[in-house]
Amino acid sequence: MSAVPQALADVKVLEFGGYAAGPHIGKVLANYGARSIHVESRQRPDGFRIQYPPFKDDRPGYNRSGCFAFFNDSKYSVTVDLKKREGIALAHRMAQWCDLIIENMRPGVMERLGLGFAALAKLNPRLVMLSTCNMGQTGPRADQPGFGSQLSALAGLCGLTGVPDGPPMLLYGPYIDYIASVTGASAAMAAVIRSRRSGKGALIDLSQYESGLMFIGAALHDFFATGRLAERCGNDDPDAVPHGAYQCSEREWVALSCWSQDEFGALAQLIGHPDLANDARFATVPSRRANTEALDALISAWTAGRSAEAAAESLQAAGIAAYPVVTMAGLFRDPQLFARRQFRVRRHPEMGDHAYCFPGFDLAEAPGDIIGPAPCVGADNEFVFRDLIGLSQDEYESYRRCGVFD
Amino acid sequence: MLLSDVLVIDATDRLGWLAGRLLADLGADVIKVEPRGSDRTSSQWRAFNVNKRVLELEPGGAADREHLDPLIQTADICLLTPGSPALSARFDPAVLRQDYPRLVVVAIAPFGREGPRSRWKGTDLEIMAAGGAMALAGEPDGMPVRVSEPQSYGWAGAQAAIGALIALYRRDATGHGDLVEVSGQACVVTALSHAPAFVDLNGIEPTRAGAFITGRSIKGARYRVFWPCRDGYINFIFYGGVAGRRTNAQLVAWMRERGAELGVLADIDWKTWDPTKADQAEVDAVEAPVGRFFSRIAKREFLIEAHRREMLGYPASTVADIASDPQLEARGFFQTVAGSRERFCGSYAVIDGARPALRHAPGEPVALDPPRRRAGAQG
Repeated sequence: MSAVPQALADVKVLEFGGYAAGPHIGKVLANYGARSIHVESRQRPDGFRIQYPPFKDDRPGYNRSGCFAFFNDSKYSVTVDLKKREGIALAHRMAQWCDLIIENMRPGVMERLGLGFAALAKLNPRLVMLSTCNMGQTGPRADQPGFGSQLSALAGLCGLTGVPDGPPMLLYGPYIDYIASVTGASAAMAAVIRSRRSGKGALIDLSQYESGLMFIGAALHDFFATGRLAERCGNDDPDAVPHGAYQCSEREWVALSCWSQDEFGALAQLIGHPDLANDARFATVPSRRANTEALDALISAWTAGRSAEAAAESLQAAGIAAYPVVTMAGLFRDPQLFARRQFRVRRHPEMGDHAYCFPGFDLAEAPGDIIGPAPCVGADNEFVFRDLIGLSQDEYESYRRCGVFD
Repeated sequence: MLLSDVLVIDATDRLGWLAGRLLADLGADVIKVEPRGSDRTSSQWRAFNVNKRVLELEPGGAADREHLDPLIQTADICLLTPGSPALSARFDPAVLRQDYPRLVVVAIAPFGREGPRSRWKGTDLEIMAAGGAMALAGEPDGMPVRVSEPQSYGWAGAQAAIGALIALYRRDATGHGDLVEVSGQACVVTALSHAPAFVDLNGIEPTRAGAFITGRSIKGARYRVFWPCRDGYINFIFYGGVAGRRTNAQLVAWMRERGAELGVLADIDWKTWDPTKADQAEVDAVEAPVGRFFSRIAKREFLIEAHRREMLGYPASTVADIASDPQLEARGFFQTVAGSRERFCGSYAVIDGARPALRHAPGEPVALDPPRRRAGAQG
C-alpha cells in the first residue's frame, strides 16, 4: 500500500459484471487510489476466475486465476446475490454511496434487475454509470453477445494483421476489450469530474466495437475520402524501407525501421555494406521497396549473427529506431520496463507472491501503485458493507441471514 | 458536454494525437499547436485531429509567444510529445510545470522519459515490438507482425487521456497540477491481456497463434479461427460452455436448412461434446464440413445469421464492411462536421443518450485573441 496521497483517494467505484472490459477500468482507477468494489456472487463469480487459464500451479479455483488477478488488483470483492430482493436493496444502498458504476452486462440486464441508470439516479443524482458491451446499448444488433477475441475481427483489427496473401491473424485475448477499457476510463473520469463540479450525473454508453474503430480511424477516413481499402501488409509502412522484423540468433527477432536517407546510410554502414546507400537499387524509398527481398537478405545476414538485444543496441547507437521483439518472458527482463516497475509483485492469500501489471502512465506528484493483490471472492464483505457502505451490525446480519452474501 | 469548461493545449506529434481527440470528443476545447506550414492533408492527421482547433506556431517566435503564453495561462491540460523536433523547444515539461503550477502537463514518449532506454528512437513498429504485442501476432513459427494500422499510438494516446483526467481531478481538489508521464511501450503491455501472467504463474511462454487457437484441448488439438468464406474470412470458433453449445447447434441447424453436407456434425450431441477433450483428428472431422459451408457464405450473411441465431462469431471486416454496417449507421457513429462531407469516426462515447457532435473540422484555425478565462483555469 502506497503511503503517498493518491489522486482518486475519495472516488468510489462499483463494478457489476466481469471479464475484461469493465473490470479493467476499475483496476486502473484503483491504481490511483479509487476504492473499486467488484460485485460478484458466489453462485456466479466473475467468469475470468474460472473459465480461462492460467491458474496457479495449474490448479483451477476461484482464487487461483491469473486471468482474473491481472485485471482486478487493488480492489475489494463483495458477493451479492442479485436474484434476491434483499440483494437488490443492498445494491441500491451501494449505489447511493458510490460515484461511478461500471457495468458490462448485456443491454437491458441492469434495468431488469432494477439497477438501471434511471432508477439509480433517483437515489443518487450525481451518479455516473458507464455501460459497456459489444455493440452499445442501442441499434439493431445491440443484443448480440460476443467475445472480444472475435469482436476484434469485426472491427477490422484482425483483417489488418498478417501478410497480404495469408489469412487474418489473431490478436491475443480480447484485444478490443482493452481498447474499450482505456477509452472508457477517460469517459468515466470526465463524467466524474463534471459530477464533482456540478452535481450532475451521467450515463455513458460505450460500444466496444466503436472504441476499437477509433484505433483504425485513419484507415476509415481514408476509405471515406478516397475509397482506398486498407489491407494487411505484414510489417510494411508506406513511408519507411526497411521497416520490419529480422531474425536474430537464438530464434529472437529485432524490429527496425529507417525513416530517412541518413538513417539508411547509417544502417548500411552498420551492417557492413556502406556502398548500399549509393546503390541505385536502394537509393530511394521506392527503389528499396522494389528490391526489398535483396535488402532484407543483407539485413538478415547481419542480424542472424547477433542477439536481438545486441542488434538493437548497435542500431540505436547508430541512430536507427530498433527494439527487440520482446517475448512474454522478456517483458519481465526488459530493462526499460524494469526501471518503470511495470510489473509489481504482491502477495495473494492463495496464489502467493506474483506479478501485477501497472498502467502505462504515472503521475509525478501523486504516483499510482498496485495497492494490493486481487481479492479473493467475497473477501471484503464485512469491511465494505460495514465500514464503507455503513450498514449497522443488525443490517449486516439481516442480509447475511437472508443469504445475500452467498 | 462533460468537459465543456476544460481547455487543452495539444502540442503532440503522431504518438499523442489520439489523447487530444478523445478529450475533444468528451467536450474539451482542444487547441492543436502546429508548426507553420505542417502537412495536414493525410488521413492520419485528419482522423485524429478533427474536433480540435489549430494554432500555427513558429517555435520561439516573439509574435507567437504573445498568443501562446496567455493561452497556456488559461489552459487546464497540455499534451506533449517531448523530443518532437518542431515544437519541443517551447514545450519543455519542466519549464511548463515551473511557469504554470496549476497546469496538468502530459508528456508522452515512446519508451517513457526515464530509464536506460528513454532516449531510444521508436515508431509504431518498435513500440509494438517493445511492448510485447508483436511476439503474439503472426504465424507460430513465422515473422512477428504488427497490426498494419498503427496501434501503439492509440494505446499511448488513450492512456494519456486517462492520466490527464486523473491529474485534473486531483487539481480540482488540491489546486496543484501534475506531470503525467506516459510510456508508449508500457501502454502497449495493456494490449497483451493476461499473456504475461502465464509466464509469471506457471513459466509458460504464450506465443504467436496465427489463424488458429491452441491450448484449449488437453490432447493438443488446434482449432481454426479464421475460415475462408465467399468474400473474405469469418471468425468462428468451436467453443464449449452454454454459449458455445448454442452456437454449435445453431450452426448445424443453419447448415441443415441449407442442405449442406454435415458429415460427422449430424451425429454430435452438442450438450455433451467437449472441445477440451477432442484430438486433432476429431477436430479436423468436425471442421471439414463447416469449412465447405462457410466457403459459400458471404460475410454480411454470416453477420446477419449469427445475430438472428444468437451465435458467437463475426466476419473479419474490411473498412468497407465497417463503413456500411447498419449497426454503426443506426447509432450515428460516423459523423461529418457541419458544412463538410468529410467523414470521421464520431465521438467515441454516447453520453446521456446522445453522441456529441464533432464541432471542428480538421485544421480549423483558432482565433488569435486569447480566449476568455474559464472556470477552473489557472489562478
